[in-house]
Amino acid sequence: MSAETLYPLQNGIGNMVRSLFPESAFLINPVLGLISVVILVSILAAFLILLERKVVAHFQVRLGPMRVGYHGILQPLADGIKLVFKEFLKPKGADSFTFYLAPMLPLTATFLIMAIMPFDHHLQLADPAGGVIYVLGISGLTVLGILLGGWASNNKLSLLGAIRAGAQMISFEISLALIMLLIVMVSGTASLRGIVLSQQGLIFDWWIFKLPFLGILSFIMYLVASTAELNRTPFDLAEAESELTAGYHTEYSGMGFAMFFFAEFVNMFISAGLATTFFLGGFHPPLIGIPAIDGLLNAIPGFIWFFGKTFFIVFVYMWFRWTFPRVRVDQLMDLEWKMMLPANLLLLMMGAVFMVLGWA
Amino acid sequence: MTIQSAKKYRLDGNALPEGFRLPQSDTEDADEFYLNIGPQHPSTHGVLRIVARLSGETIVEAVPHLGYIHRGIEKMAENQTYIQNIHLTDRLDYLSSFFNNLCFCMAVEQAMKIGVPKRGEYLRVMVCELQRIQSHLLWWGVMGMDLGGFTPFLYGFREREMITDIFEEMCGARLTMNFFRPGGSSFDAPDAFIPRIKAFIKIMYKALDEYNTLLSGNIIFQERTRGVGILSREDVLAYGCSGAVLRASDVSYDVRKNDAYSIYDQFDFDIPTSTEGDSLARYQIKMEEIVQSLRILEQAVEKFPEGPYRSQPKAVYKLPKGSYYSQVETPRGILGTYIVSDGGPKPYRVKYRSPNFSNLSALNHAAQGLKIADLVTIMSSMDFVIPDMDK
Repeated sequence: MSAETLYPLQNGIGNMVRSLFPESAFLINPVLGLISVVILVSILAAFLILLERKVVAHFQVRLGPMRVGYHGILQPLADGIKLVFKEFLKPKGADSFTFYLAPMLPLTATFLIMAIMPFDHHLQLADPAGGVIYVLGISGLTVLGILLGGWASNNKLSLLGAIRAGAQMISFEISLALIMLLIVMVSGTASLRGIVLSQQGLIFDWWIFKLPFLGILSFIMYLVASTAELNRTPFDLAEAESELTAGYHTEYSGMGFAMFFFAEFVNMFISAGLATTFFLGGFHPPLIGIPAIDGLLNAIPGFIWFFGKTFFIVFVYMWFRWTFPRVRVDQLMDLEWKMMLPANLLLLMMGAVFMVLGWA
Repeated sequence: MTIQSAKKYRLDGNALPEGFRLPQSDTEDADEFYLNIGPQHPSTHGVLRIVARLSGETIVEAVPHLGYIHRGIEKMAENQTYIQNIHLTDRLDYLSSFFNNLCFCMAVEQAMKIGVPKRGEYLRVMVCELQRIQSHLLWWGVMGMDLGGFTPFLYGFREREMITDIFEEMCGARLTMNFFRPGGSSFDAPDAFIPRIKAFIKIMYKALDEYNTLLSGNIIFQERTRGVGILSREDVLAYGCSGAVLRASDVSYDVRKNDAYSIYDQFDFDIPTSTEGDSLARYQIKMEEIVQSLRILEQAVEKFPEGPYRSQPKAVYKLPKGSYYSQVETPRGILGTYIVSDGGPKPYRVKYRSPNFSNLSALNHAAQGLKIADLVTIMSSMDFVIPDMDK
């Protein structure tokens, strides 16, 4: 897919800017792309925070934010203004450069991954051939940010949180990589768009159903591993409010905290989006083979299907978070190294066998 | 002077102030460090400070430091009359203020040889059992929150609010009740008292099923609590533990049964015990205690008599010279009140035996060798209320 067909670049505004400055067209595309990603990430972060607050409120027999705007829809805006104007304190003895750098890394990672997310046929900023490898590489920035933040804070609680986060995210990344590898193997491409296109057709062509028995298992394992990767309950050991006060971001206030917070929420969307891409057919509608219904489903644009599926998985993440208690450090490590990793390797081998037998 | 002492007590790295210092680790290159948990910390639920010596995430030693909410209640008691003292007892264990009131009033009644009318006794039992449930509901929610699930906290408060409303209608207070008086209580039960309790009992049984689905049956919860913080029968007896901590370690002792006060001997209820001695056992016993309290309430609402609710009210009680002791079973264990009187209108000396203080002393023993997360679990399962320790 070439850049000529991408909506974020090929639209009225883009054409106008390019016609005004024909010499610097090579600069305009990246700038437009950057602006669109920044706008998308900011809106998503605000929306997800409000969504989480509303969802948890209704899980917990209460209403959530109700004062700012109709049913609190302007609450993220109010929170944002508050966070911008709060002082960004640096604790005594903290390592300045690292302390200020750390919160930016996770947020940068979210921008970079958003750029290759296939929202629709023509709604994707870039589609590198090794998209899956790119995603795995970039998500390492999040771990780095958390580790640096905890280490630079000069606080033992932060340090403990950061160590936990590092151990946990690196461990579960192995599981995530193996699950992604399975999908790459069966779909024959590492490009995210290619993986979505390989699931074209009926709902039974999605990898979750197409791979007999393996698909649903790896999907469940992806959900578990990505929850751990996101540091969300039941795996929120890095924050662990009741043990480490706030873990790695204990000492962060104002925008420093906001950046960690935004990154956490947008990462949740990204994880859900990747699950949609890998297992739920991405932007493809759930066709069931009955022409009358399929025509109706096809009429709905692809990005709505993508967002619908993604937000369903986001809802599942929130459901996890507000239902389960937290696991302990050693239990978490046992889960990864003694259960998930062997199981993933087994699934990968079975996937290869299925391919040889022609079942996938 | 001020600057000097501030410098002296500044917590810098691992250096603890004089008098708070823990023994140094045995070898120079030991991988141990101190972590100051509290006095302000989300899971101490009050101003308890625990200095934990850690090796990585593993607890080598957890030493509690008290004194951050010491208000000198026992000393204050010497300058107040007996009636004025009742409101001070509210501030001991603020989640079981009725029990504290009752314990103090019972000591005065014992000294003055005041009897309590039948309606007054029933009112005492019902109000105390309601508060036991109220306190356990808060503990249940907080236990869930300490283990990382926030939702139980609000579910616990949903039913707790019904009890609090009953109390508010009865005595106007929601937390510090100041309700019982020597010889009965300060007010009679309102008309809606019995119907409201009946309605509550019905809802509470349903809510308990919900609680079990949400938390008790959860595999993560069970993994987090099973085998964590084991105290043997010998340990709990040696440390003087009481309440659920005692009963979870196979000691069936409850003041309501073994040294029955008020009219508890007229009710049919069980004392749950367990042989495990771990956090899960303590949790299960507390949940079972809610059911047993509901049983007592069911019997009491049927038999609630008419008649006077208080006998021989006096403005000033002058206790005969001597010493008096009374004890009750609060939601956390045995609360004892020891009053020494010199015959005047004010006590010469008051001493409270608080359950939390004794239970806290077993914390280090239970937490050694476990993870930081387990320390939180143990503290939560022992259900500490910090103002009760410091007094």
